[in-house]
Amino acid sequence: MDSMLIFFIILALASILSALGLLVSRSAVYAALFLVLNFACVAIFYLLLGAPFIAFTQITVYAGAIMVLFLFVIMLLGAEKLPKGTSLPWQRPLAIGLATILLFEAGFLLFQRLKLTTAIDQPVAQVNSVDAIRTLGLSLFNQYLLPFEVTSILLLVAMIGAIVLTKQEKGAAG
Amino acid sequence: MEGTIPLTYYITVSAILFTMGALGVLIRRNALIVFMSIELMLNAANLAFVAFSNSYGVLDGQIFVFFVMTVAAAEVAVGLALIVAIFRSKHSIDVDQMSSLKG
Repeated sequence: MDSMLIFFIILALASILSALGLLVSRSAVYAALFLVLNFACVAIFYLLLGAPFIAFTQITVYAGAIMVLFLFVIMLLGAEKLPKGTSLPWQRPLAIGLATILLFEAGFLLFQRLKLTTAIDQPVAQVNSVDAIRTLGLSLFNQYLLPFEVTSILLLVAMIGAIVLTKQEKGAAG
Repeated sequence: MEGTIPLTYYITVSAILFTMGALGVLIRRNALIVFMSIELMLNAANLAFVAFSNSYGVLDGQIFVFFVMTVAAAEVAVGLALIVAIFRSKHSIDVDQMSSLKG
């Protein structure tokens, strides 16, 4: 068992446990912090996979911008804790059963397909270098130029949407 | 250094994270945590994209992840605005309370 594999297993455990923490924590602030930890673990996975650009985008966009927005909204609403209301009694076991089925289905299908591919591409082309980032940028601005421009419209629409949705009515309180 | 970890391990982690995200959407009632679980699922899908991109030696998977991140950012902006608007009118973000359309 080489050191890379041990490192990978520790990282996988950290990411899965932080996801579990998100599921079980009662406080929304703790859930958000667990999610930040999970995003950081996934970013390190990206580094292991030779995708430094994606890893740093993950840190800045997800762990930085998106989670700060989440924390802002949690504190703005003051909704850290939900009162323990009456939940449907059959909801939780049913959900866990369905999730188990999903996991087995996904695992079965993926491994059935992967049996073919993992054997073929043993000589993996090295995609992890500064060259790869340049290639990424070039194909982003050549081959994928139209989707790239469309995302700018998407972001503009999202920005306007967020402003319109949270705008107070004229004459309303506030 | 790379290649010592089989692709299947990454896919397994991705599948587990996705399932936990789906479980979170099903069992939690706090709308914010449901939202965070959706982010978890998007992240799991991104991990699978990058793992396959590395395995096949093509960069298109990473470009897809870039676009998924953009869409996720837009989604979070609009979704959180919706949650704030719902909280203003109902004073709660419990998803079980949002049953105004129920007959």
